[in-house]
Amino acid sequence: MRYIMLIYQGTALEQQAALPEEEQKQVYADYQGINQTPGVTPGLPMGLPQNATTVRVEGGKTLTTDGPFVGMKEAVGGLFILEADDLDAAIEIAARVPAARYGGAVEIRPSEVYW
Amino acid sequence: MVTTLDQVFREEWGRVLATLIGFLGDFDLAEEAAQEAFAIAAERWPRDGIPSNPRAWLMTTARNQATDRIRRNRVLATKFGLLVADNRAEVPMKTTTFPDERLELIFTCCHPALAVEAQVALTLRTLGGLTTDEIARAFLVSERTMAQRLVRAKGKIKAARIPFRVPPAHLLRERLDAVLAVVYLIFNEGYGGRDELAAEAIWLGRALAELLPDDPEVRGLLAMMLLHDSRREARFSDGELVLLGDQDRSQWNTEQIADGRAELDRALALGGRGPYVLQAAIASLHAAVPCDWAQIAALYGELTRLTASPVVELNRAIAVAETDGPEAGLRIVDGLGLDDFRYLHSTRAELLKRLGRTDEARAAYRRARELTDDGAERRFLERRLTELAATTGSG
Repeated sequence: MRYIMLIYQGTALEQQAALPEEEQKQVYADYQGINQTPGVTPGLPMGLPQNATTVRVEGGKTLTTDGPFVGMKEAVGGLFILEADDLDAAIEIAARVPAARYGGAVEIRPSEVYW
Repeated sequence: MVTTLDQVFREEWGRVLATLIGFLGDFDLAEEAAQEAFAIAAERWPRDGIPSNPRAWLMTTARNQATDRIRRNRVLATKFGLLVADNRAEVPMKTTTFPDERLELIFTCCHPALAVEAQVALTLRTLGGLTTDEIARAFLVSERTMAQRLVRAKGKIKAARIPFRVPPAHLLRERLDAVLAVVYLIFNEGYGGRDELAAEAIWLGRALAELLPDDPEVRGLLAMMLLHDSRREARFSDGELVLLGDQDRSQWNTEQIADGRAELDRALALGGRGPYVLQAAIASLHAAVPCDWAQIAALYGELTRLTASPVVELNRAIAVAETDGPEAGLRIVDGLGLDDFRYLHSTRAELLKRLGRTDEARAAYRRARELTDDGAERRFLERRLTELAATTGSG
């Protein structure tokens, strides 16, 4: 099963910026550790939510709006693809993402074949 | 005859369904097949008699139903040029020994990736064998809402691939606690008067104790439920709430108390000192005459250390008030900061009344009444206020 792991930074970026240098290094090392975990395909680094554009199509007409999709309070801050046996395995990897412990979250979406 | 059939169905539903899910790897297919098998049994058994091995009969019939359905789907799929990947049902299932996969089932149903209300509904539907309509009525929602909740939960199990297994050792404690929390939640729903849910929770508790005989918390939860439930008849008199001290003890179910204490003893013998074991021990002391309040206060103290729950502290305050006087109890209550919790105010009111601080007691009863929706509890508080007015009048 392939899972798309969406990282929500929440307050994590600010909290991490305020950490002592050693702990900041640990955060980078943890992300690198996840990227090197078997089954993980790292995603591209994502730009900031304020630079996002959301596209909707209504009645055949394309509507573009500034910012992330407003269905939730937080915006996606990054993602990676994970190949894992089941949800428990995915949850264990998600729990290793630093954002998850610094006030952010990771959203796990099973991948779907839509076409 | 009808009761016997019901009993067999009740006993076998969860087991048959669990084995089918393990075998087919699909909740919906397994449930449909089990339903068909039980329907065929309901039609035939009264006429032909119950087979010598009802479980094997139900399992074989259900498996055949599932295989037929898969074949039909495959024929249909081939017609439309689709591929059907799942060949699991083609693997012959041993019909002499069926693995008991109820544990796998309950851990899947109570997986933390599902919403708690979905966990509850799924557990009652699959393990408990309640119909969607019965669950809907018990939780006061429409059958449609409950059906949607079940469909969504089963959909997520499949789509997100929630594993059908007993969790590995490093996850077991946490996941088992989630299972126990679901059973306890079902019991608490029943405690408010919906008897069938309390009975259902006890039934699930017994099944868990049978499946995990060495876990003290499983036994602790079962003991606590049995002990609380033993006072069910005495908790209401003509629909009105009766507090423990005023209950008619002849209405307590002594057999169930003994049963609960036996479970508690087993939990303690297993070295249990967890939250459910402690609560069972407290419930056991509550059922004793005279009540050992000092011991109860000490156990609540231990429970506070484990749970850090202000609600537990509130209960400790009640026990302390019995041993060290209402003032000592009140000191604990006033340090809790549970301002929106109705039992904080009703407890304060009782203690203030005992201290003769009538005006403050009245204000506290009123605050409790403001926060209470439940009819029987509201009427109880009304009665207390009336009594208070009467004392002031005479004094």
